[in-house]
Amino acid sequence: MSSAAKRALIAPIVDDNPVTLHVLGICSALAVTTSLLPSLYMCLALTVVATLANTAVSAIRHILPTSIRIIVQMTIIASLVIVVDESLKAFAFETSRELSVFVGLIITNCIVLGRTESFASKNPVGLSFLDGIGNGLGYSVILILVASTRELLGAGTLLGYTILPNVADGGWYNPNGMMLLPPSAFFVIGLIIWAARTWKPEQVQKPEFRISEVHRTEAL
Amino acid sequence: MGNYVELFIKAVFVENLALSFFLGMCTFLAVSKRIQTAFGLGTAVIVVQLITVPTNTFLYHYVLEEGALAWAGLPDVDLSFLGLVTYIGVIAAMVQILEMVLDRYFPPLFHALGIYLPLITVNCAILGGTLFSVQRDYTMPESIVYGIGSGFGWALALVGLAGIREKLKYSDVPAGLQGLGITFIIVGLMSLGFMAFAGIQL
Repeated sequence: MSSAAKRALIAPIVDDNPVTLHVLGICSALAVTTSLLPSLYMCLALTVVATLANTAVSAIRHILPTSIRIIVQMTIIASLVIVVDESLKAFAFETSRELSVFVGLIITNCIVLGRTESFASKNPVGLSFLDGIGNGLGYSVILILVASTRELLGAGTLLGYTILPNVADGGWYNPNGMMLLPPSAFFVIGLIIWAARTWKPEQVQKPEFRISEVHRTEAL
Repeated sequence: MGNYVELFIKAVFVENLALSFFLGMCTFLAVSKRIQTAFGLGTAVIVVQLITVPTNTFLYHYVLEEGALAWAGLPDVDLSFLGLVTYIGVIAAMVQILEMVLDRYFPPLFHALGIYLPLITVNCAILGGTLFSVQRDYTMPESIVYGIGSGFGWALALVGLAGIREKLKYSDVPAGLQGLGITFIIVGLMSLGFMAFAGIQL
């Protein structure tokens, strides 16, 4: 595998993560993560859409007039999402109900449009295909991290299997109900970003404003 | 009348699109650095929401729903699978039309909104509002109220966050949390605050 291809596939997972670094695709990353199973389906759906949309847009990049490219990209993405949505309804009906509107909202997920616009419309098909998979995986990593934290601490289970036995069922773990509520999703992502940036200090944002440190003797 | 007021309050506070459904987060986080821009974007979202939610609900009830084409003599046709493409098309077209109308008749507002107007097309709060309205089977008047309410709630949360962030830039935040990280924590706290409205009965 050439180095460019490797970069397109690997970089988005940690170094260039679409969620924690570019703040893309946050909505669904927060909304579906109360338990792990729907999150896995969501990751799968997004990776499929991102990969196919990238490939399709890249394949027509030479014949696509720039003035109408956004609307064409939106139509391609929307059609792919309809296919994914209908297949979920056919093969995983329960999960598709749980995800409710969020599968449809992949259309407006900025990761997909962001990648087709900034990468696929300038790069060859093969690279765009890998870039789609890479960004799908980068998104999945964050989603799975958030979802497992929330399900484990909020209900003591993972994928429905009991990991930490609840007090109510005679175990020792007292579930933290707040983990299942919306605010905790923000906290968990905030903490993941903190951890990621402590690990990779080059991702730290510069403060916009610094209060100048004046030495005590100068001030007096 | 009472249930419209209730629906409005519910859409603004209890089911706030930004803070309890996480919709439009990308723009929410990106455009909340200054109150003034946040205010402009908030207004644009309310207007677009007011137009698109009823339009899409109308389309769903009279064209796309199973049996909805009975008025055209086609009672067996079910076009609901075309929903997503239709909604996003309507939203994109509406935003484009709104842009042209504003440019022609209200240039100051057009310039104030600037780049944010086209960006609204890809704001999931707009598509989300439509999808919720269709999923919950709102009637036409209800969808108008829900459109305004959900847009207003989103704008309120956005301006609130911008206000906090304007003050926040003077505070001393740990390096790794700087910028995005601390913003998430703040939004979490705001969302916790909005949860206090849950269970309100009018």
